[in-house]
Amino acid sequence: MLRLSNVSYTVDGKDILSSIDLTIEAGESVVITGHNGSGKSTLIKIIMGIITPTSGNIYLNGEDITDLPIYERAKRGLTIAFQQPVKFKGLTVKNLIDTATSHSNNVSDVCDYLSKVGLCAKNYIDRELDDTLSGGELKRIEIAMAMAKGGEVYLFDEPEAGIDLWSFEELTSVFDALGDKTRVIVSHQEKVIATADRIVVLSQGKVDRVGETSEIMKSLYVSRTCARLGGDK
Amino acid sequence: MIKDIDKGLLSLITDYHSQDAEAFNIRKDGESIDRRSSKKITISPKAKKNGIDIRIKKGTKGQVHIPVILTKSGVEESVYNDFYIQAGADVVIVAGCGIHNDGDKTSRHDGIHTFYVGKGAKVKYIEKHLGKGTGAGKVLNPVTRVYLREGASMEMETTQLGGVTYSKRDTMAKLDAGATLVIKEKILTEGEEIAKTKFDVVLRGEGASVEVISRSVAKDESYQAFDSLVVGESECFGHVECDAILIGNAVVDSSPRIKARNVDATLVHEAAIGKIAGEQLTKLMTLGLNESEAEDLIIKGFLS
Repeated sequence: MLRLSNVSYTVDGKDILSSIDLTIEAGESVVITGHNGSGKSTLIKIIMGIITPTSGNIYLNGEDITDLPIYERAKRGLTIAFQQPVKFKGLTVKNLIDTATSHSNNVSDVCDYLSKVGLCAKNYIDRELDDTLSGGELKRIEIAMAMAKGGEVYLFDEPEAGIDLWSFEELTSVFDALGDKTRVIVSHQEKVIATADRIVVLSQGKVDRVGETSEIMKSLYVSRTCARLGGDK
Repeated sequence: MIKDIDKGLLSLITDYHSQDAEAFNIRKDGESIDRRSSKKITISPKAKKNGIDIRIKKGTKGQVHIPVILTKSGVEESVYNDFYIQAGADVVIVAGCGIHNDGDKTSRHDGIHTFYVGKGAKVKYIEKHLGKGTGAGKVLNPVTRVYLREGASMEMETTQLGGVTYSKRDTMAKLDAGATLVIKEKILTEGEEIAKTKFDVVLRGEGASVEVISRSVAKDESYQAFDSLVVGESECFGHVECDAILIGNAVVDSSPRIKARNVDATLVHEAAIGKIAGEQLTKLMTLGLNESEAEDLIIKGFLS
């Protein structure tokens, strides 16, 4: 179980996140959505330890992990796929898959991970993660790395961004393949949002709404329609 | 006589199986200690100065190993090795120098290598430099001169991964029509080590091309200088890429220069110097590495 208690994050006097209380049960799939700048990515980075909250606490299975460094959280089962994949000059796909799994993998193992994101291993296994790969390829490799690492709680920051020709169906099949693992997904995309058990809507750094997917999806549709018409939600 | 310490040093710069190569010359502390020629590759000592002549006959395929080791503190030498590679040959030449110095005197090896590469010949030249031991002075000043005739090609891999207190590499090449030169340089400096590199390449003939790729990591208080000049005198292609990672208080000066002397010359240079990107460290930490492990992996990959 992942629990955020009164988490706030302030930069130069501006509240990016304010008093976030959120409990995500083991095995639950939760999508965090909201307008740009509502604090979604910041929240996921705080959970992973990439950003330190100004106040509040984060608990994983009852343990307070607020002061733990990123790699200790990773070892405890937190896994993240970034919105913007990181490039590495000189490190190959295999190097990074090996790092993610903490052991050397044979071609067949790497193939398994890459095929889950629709890539053919033989074309990628020795490729460096540099500018020779497209944004879509890098994004799929980023997701494959998360799958290879494994864990108890998966954090996906806008997994649909830059997915190019790869279909949403294949992306959602990746989530399905995680089975009973906990998923926290930041997304704007309706098909991704629809995969969740629950939806958390952030607005101006605060939890605006939390609820079952079927319920929140309706209000999201209404608010988007109102926004297009220039009205309030 | 090759001792265990020699074997260790040799295995780091080439591999101890140099004696399995078709032709080889092993030099230790100022003199040749073992040498073999073959029917197609002859190695002979120079009469009037230190060094050897390596003559590779037309169409020969094979390997030549010429490692150098210095194990006595205070040995200083300049060695002149000339390679005459005839047309159509396809050879791998493994060179390099390892210095083990535990004394208070400077040990220095200046290897001056000149390659005369015949028409259509193909050469892969691998040169690794390293220093071991607690002594303060481990100095290497390699000079490489390359003359590539029409259609010849050479790939040059030079590696210096720590332990050399001072090095000054000077490489000059002149390429005739259709000749190709690829230079890959990897350097790691630590402590107060100094490494200076200079490349001068002239693309004389039509269709000649050169690619210079330098990747270096400068740690601690070390200093590196990279100075390259590619001159295009005909329709040709030249590309220079110099990337350096800085760690600690290290300093890197990079001066890639290109000069076009022909309207059809295409010359490109790129240079980037900076610390390890924070996002790279973060990504690897999300995979379970601590910061030190992440830094090591990034450097290892960068210099691979």
